[in-house]
Amino acid sequence: MAAALRGSLVTLVKGLSGPRVQLLATRPLSLSVGLCGPEAPPARADATFKVTMVPGDGVGPELMTAVKDVFKAGDVPVEFEEFHLSEVQNMASEEKLEQVLTSMKTNKVAMKGKIHTPMEFKGELASYEMRLRRKLDLFANVVHVNSLPGYSTRHNNLDLVIIREQTEGEYSSLEHESVTGVIECLKIITRVKSRRIAKFAFDYATKKGRSKVTAVHKANIMKLGDGLFLQCCAEVAQLYPKIKYETIIIDNCCMQLVQNPYQFDVLVMPNLYGNIIDNLAAGLVGGAGVVPGESYSAEYAVFETGARHPFAQAVGRNIANPTAMLLSAANMLRHLNLEYHSQMVSDAVKKVIKQGKVRTRDLGGYSTTGDFVRAVVENLRHRPVY
Amino acid sequence: MAGCAWRSMLSQVVGGAMRRPALSSASFSRGMQTVTLIPGDGIGPEISSSVMKIFEAANAPISWEERNVTAIKGPGGKWMIPPDAKESMDKSKIGLKGPLKTPIAAGHPSMNLLLRKTFDLYANVRPCVSIEGYKTPYTDVDLVTIRENTEGEYSGIEHVIVEGVVQSIKLITEDASRRIAEYAFEYARNNQRSSVTAVHKANIMRMSDGLFLRKCREVAENFKDVRFTEMYLDTVCLNMVQDPTQFDVLVMPNLYGDILSDLCAGLIGGLGVTPSGNIGANGVAIFESVHGTAPDIAGLDMANPTALLLSAVMMLRHMGLHDHGNKIQTACFDTIRDKKVLTKDLGGNSKCSEFTAEICRRIQDLD
Repeated sequence: MAAALRGSLVTLVKGLSGPRVQLLATRPLSLSVGLCGPEAPPARADATFKVTMVPGDGVGPELMTAVKDVFKAGDVPVEFEEFHLSEVQNMASEEKLEQVLTSMKTNKVAMKGKIHTPMEFKGELASYEMRLRRKLDLFANVVHVNSLPGYSTRHNNLDLVIIREQTEGEYSSLEHESVTGVIECLKIITRVKSRRIAKFAFDYATKKGRSKVTAVHKANIMKLGDGLFLQCCAEVAQLYPKIKYETIIIDNCCMQLVQNPYQFDVLVMPNLYGNIIDNLAAGLVGGAGVVPGESYSAEYAVFETGARHPFAQAVGRNIANPTAMLLSAANMLRHLNLEYHSQMVSDAVKKVIKQGKVRTRDLGGYSTTGDFVRAVVENLRHRPVY
Repeated sequence: MAGCAWRSMLSQVVGGAMRRPALSSASFSRGMQTVTLIPGDGIGPEISSSVMKIFEAANAPISWEERNVTAIKGPGGKWMIPPDAKESMDKSKIGLKGPLKTPIAAGHPSMNLLLRKTFDLYANVRPCVSIEGYKTPYTDVDLVTIRENTEGEYSGIEHVIVEGVVQSIKLITEDASRRIAEYAFEYARNNQRSSVTAVHKANIMRMSDGLFLRKCREVAENFKDVRFTEMYLDTVCLNMVQDPTQFDVLVMPNLYGDILSDLCAGLIGGLGVTPSGNIGANGVAIFESVHGTAPDIAGLDMANPTALLLSAVMMLRHMGLHDHGNKIQTACFDTIRDKKVLTKDLGGNSKCSEFTAEICRRIQDLD
């Protein structure tokens, strides 16, 4: 899926003088064609990519500023279209959501912070975060958990990929009070979506040259629901004889992850378990501030942090760690086929971490977000000449 | 009950702290107390006899009533546990249980589930404390997970709506949520723990987890001496693997409890060293080791009785026999710390009987 998308991007971009993302709309996508028209893309500098940006809540805007600063210093040919969508600041509306969607339909690629979900139930069961995910059909969340050289934790040299279905399961927002004091919450598992995520996982493993896919489940208890998920994974696995297929129960998986995480390679799982494992694994290598993540649909790619937390208590304190978002931005550049710039950004970030002089608080340092960004900028290979 | 004794002591100390009506039934006389022992399958009998030996060495005032438990079909075609085991449990109120196997495709529910249903064991309590000398990447873990055990994702209600679409129903009720929250706070108070954290996902499951959380908040109002915090499940996982020391007592619905209790067990070295207790209605409590039956080493005198022994220590504390409990625990931890006599899974080369004898020797030395 993502592979296919990137593949088509590569061919398209190669064959053109100026890579225009609109050209991707050769796929039948009536809306986007209607929006930007078959000819005459809006005036824009040649070879500049437009990317939708939703900073979200908490430290999201600060992290995005970090990304923009680094991109600017590195002369990265990306232009952001910013949309402030926030439920807690009363900045969310259907209209706003539509705007984001329209922009996404043109740009196909986005960077996103966490849109904080207020906990209190006010009649609407689905949060904006989830609605956005559903509208764009971002079914696959990929978090590549990789230890950062130079920052040592309890578990080093980790390298595992967590692939999470994120459109159904426990996050279906179907709940009702059958009688007073009794709430039923529905978890939906479908064959179509289970097969889709399984195929995505095996395709990903194939493309990245990984040898094993492990399905995480709780089919001993949810015999039908997780059973179906497991069955779909097993069916898809048969189509990929070169990749080893295993299964593990979620609770055991968590236990193994803290005891011996090296046994895992690619993990695929339904929604809630993904949420748990993403965070757990991010914790193993240094926390929410260092692990990048991305979400894919057949059309779109959204780049975000691996463990999605608004980190609201840090707002305005200049202490957030921009590593995760910067690495995610680098991944986005690679997705846009800006290989050079991608390498430049990720190298710079990794170099700063490795040197260990400038570290934010979550990694045990005393530096601010600003210090870190400056250090990254210092380390960019390519500096603009004024 | 131990809890009652403790609580009354505590509330005298605390002063006007809210006193709940004392838990009825099961009052223990000084002297011998009967405990129903369910040795279990596989390595169960070995580790049970190891625990019995250690209890004898510690002079614990416990008389065992051994009962075997298998699933049998009752008159109405319903699966049940044997009547003599049920009677014994009803009388003694306290049980200690080794691992039970559930034959695959036997057609009956798992034995653990059956016991849980029979005695309405609504709370699963697992203290996870780092064991000195048994090295894991995490050192000073000291927390307790309390898991709602009767509803939630484990309701077992699932349907195929149309071919290829399955719905599984998670049930959260007001009563069960309140009951588990109350237990958690009482546990915290009785065991001198300072805070209770409710683990939830109410940002996603706004009604169901929302109800659970609301009940926790309500109960927290009655326990002002215990600090109450709430946290998302994902945040707990993230923080747990980075710094488990920040947690104390955690209370949560069924599935989250299942996951977190195993995760925490992983922090201290796995299910082989993690004790567990199940608290039921009417003062019933069953303490158990949660590891498997390990049929491959059954009868070979290689099993590690630590989990069952620590569960038995939990049981002693639950019964108010703190002195005996502490003595046995100290002997067990000392043995592990000295690393001279350890079973294979703990990194040693000794037999189960040698490990047991070593603990017994240390208990006698303590006297």
